Amino acid sequence: MRIDDHPILGEIPKGPEVSFTFDGRSLTGREGEPIAMALRAAGVLVHRFTAKRQDARGVFCAIGRCTDCIMVVDGRPNVRTCVTPLKAGMVVETQMGLGPEPGRA
Amino acid sequence: MQRYELVCVGAGPAGLAGAIEAARYGAQVVVYDENERPGGQLFKQIHKFFGSREHRAGERGFDIGQSLLEQARELGVEVVLNATVLGIYEGGELQIRQEDTIFPVHGQKVLIATGASENMIPFPGWTLPGVIGAGAAQTMANLHGVRPGKRLLMVGAGNVGLVVSYQMLQAGCQVAAVIDAAPAIGGYGVHAAKVARQGVPFYMSQTVLQAHGADHVEGVTMARVDDKWQPVPGSEQSLEVDTICLAVGLNPMTQLCRMAHCQTVFVPALGGHVPAHDQNQETTVPGYYVAGDVSGIEEASSAIIQGRVAGLAVAHSLGYLSDEDFAAQQQEQLQSMRGLRHGPFGQARADGKELLARSVQEARQ
Amino acid sequence: MSEGLAVQGYISEQELRDAPGIPSALRRSRGPVAVIECIQPIPCNPCEASCRAEAISVGSDITALPRLDEDKCIGCYTCVPICPGQAIFVVDESLPGDQATIAMPYEFLPLPEEGEKVIALDRGGAELGEAEVARVQKSKRMNQTAMVTLNIPKGWTMRARAFRLTR
Repeated sequence: MRIDDHPILGEIPKGPEVSFTFDGRSLTGREGEPIAMALRAAGVLVHRFTAKRQDARGVFCAIGRCTDCIMVVDGRPNVRTCVTPLKAGMVVETQMGLGPEPGRA
Repeated sequence: MQRYELVCVGAGPAGLAGAIEAARYGAQVVVYDENERPGGQLFKQIHKFFGSREHRAGERGFDIGQSLLEQARELGVEVVLNATVLGIYEGGELQIRQEDTIFPVHGQKVLIATGASENMIPFPGWTLPGVIGAGAAQTMANLHGVRPGKRLLMVGAGNVGLVVSYQMLQAGCQVAAVIDAAPAIGGYGVHAAKVARQGVPFYMSQTVLQAHGADHVEGVTMARVDDKWQPVPGSEQSLEVDTICLAVGLNPMTQLCRMAHCQTVFVPALGGHVPAHDQNQETTVPGYYVAGDVSGIEEASSAIIQGRVAGLAVAHSLGYLSDEDFAAQQQEQLQSMRGLRHGPFGQARADGKELLARSVQEARQ
Repeated sequence: MSEGLAVQGYISEQELRDAPGIPSALRRSRGPVAVIECIQPIPCNPCEASCRAEAISVGSDITALPRLDEDKCIGCYTCVPICPGQAIFVVDESLPGDQATIAMPYEFLPLPEEGEKVIALDRGGAELGEAEVARVQKSKRMNQTAMVTLNIPKGWTMRARAFRLTR
């Protein structure tokens, strides 16, 4: 799903490859790219399930406006993964409803 | 409190062009943008622009964006990123948020160049992962180098839908079809032709009935619509796609304008509720200007010219430009702008802009 | 209403006949010449600005349709990669027998190679048949738009407008 060589843009500059976990699975992505992009490149489209109906949600606007892409990142819920840069060792989890309260086990 | 002669909200083509023009004549300018990269939508535009040489025809959006940034920096314009303008108040005061800090800023003049946001059309299944805005598809492919999906349906045959369809082909995706509820393609024929010759079918008078899939898009059902926009029973067809792109129009992001009590007018040809402005791009609030898509949905080349017009007017009102020089420079820019609003595609927009100017005149009486 | 640019996304035979940028069959038989398939009044004139022979005219109202003076056109290929709408092609029907060539703008990867066999497509993307790649050019001046020239039968010069790779 990654574009290696774009006919107009050539090679799109990316940071070094880093590892992170998604729901306990080890995945790799590029440092500094939006978490949502690393997930999409790895084939992950479902970011969360809604509170009432457990509907699957994922990226919609990709520019940090709609909040459909939010996930729990390093224990913190409601992180807009489409505008949050990936860091090595990040713990990314599917958010269920409103997610866990920070500071609670 | 930090004080500037001009505060620009938005570092897209309009905001940057406005900042450059005002700074060129000596004004002290700052530009705030909520994104981590400047340039607005420009950096996602990988096609060659139309227009004439003065409109930078033949140049690609991202190259134009880069050169605007460099010009701004050379002129000493402060471009502050990751800075959200939370509010705008009377007398040129704005509140800015940067991470966990909120601080006030004062501008003698303010240029609101916040652009537009995408419309959406709800249909059963539209919340499934895989349904994305056309802008999202561009962002993923052109900024981040990730294909939004393998096979997509483009909903909307205006310029955005057509241009993004072609960009998706360039990114290596398949485009199953381009559809629109209207009976005719709304965007430029040449944009459509680039896509059609790659074998992508166009279905006009079509609407999406439902997106299918367990937890992501796996297919879509569409149907023909009659002249009352109602689906025609028996005309349903299904396509296997993993992505549905919505390119169903843009509407100006006027929150700050309205907060500042700028009068707005509903002009469908310009995308919806638009802040009234005169030919200096000044709103009904003295000292507050608008430029780019927030002042009416047009194109990047129009946004750049509008930014320049606003920047010139600001420089003039700050005393950096004589009346004669201002008049001459402004005429040149307005002439250039008129060139872009000719023809059947531009007439409705030109009429809309005239209506807005008249509104301001009436408001000032 | 199923024909026409506004409905199907590509120009119909009727629209083609009425376009001011289309050279006559006679001129096409004499050597390379531009074919400008631009039929909507949009503000745009890089074709006029780039033409070395002053054969393309748009005028001061840049929404005017480009007109081709086929006698002035020298078939230099400059306009092909210049047109932002990728609406200009250069065809040459002066070759012996049933041979002709067509130069097209191309902005995809991978680029074909000279000698490679590709499938020529018409304006609607329908397959016309196999064609050989005669030339591939991509220079800095073209600003990322490559130009691919195909060897095709004469009957395809006003039909072939794209191609797909077979690999």
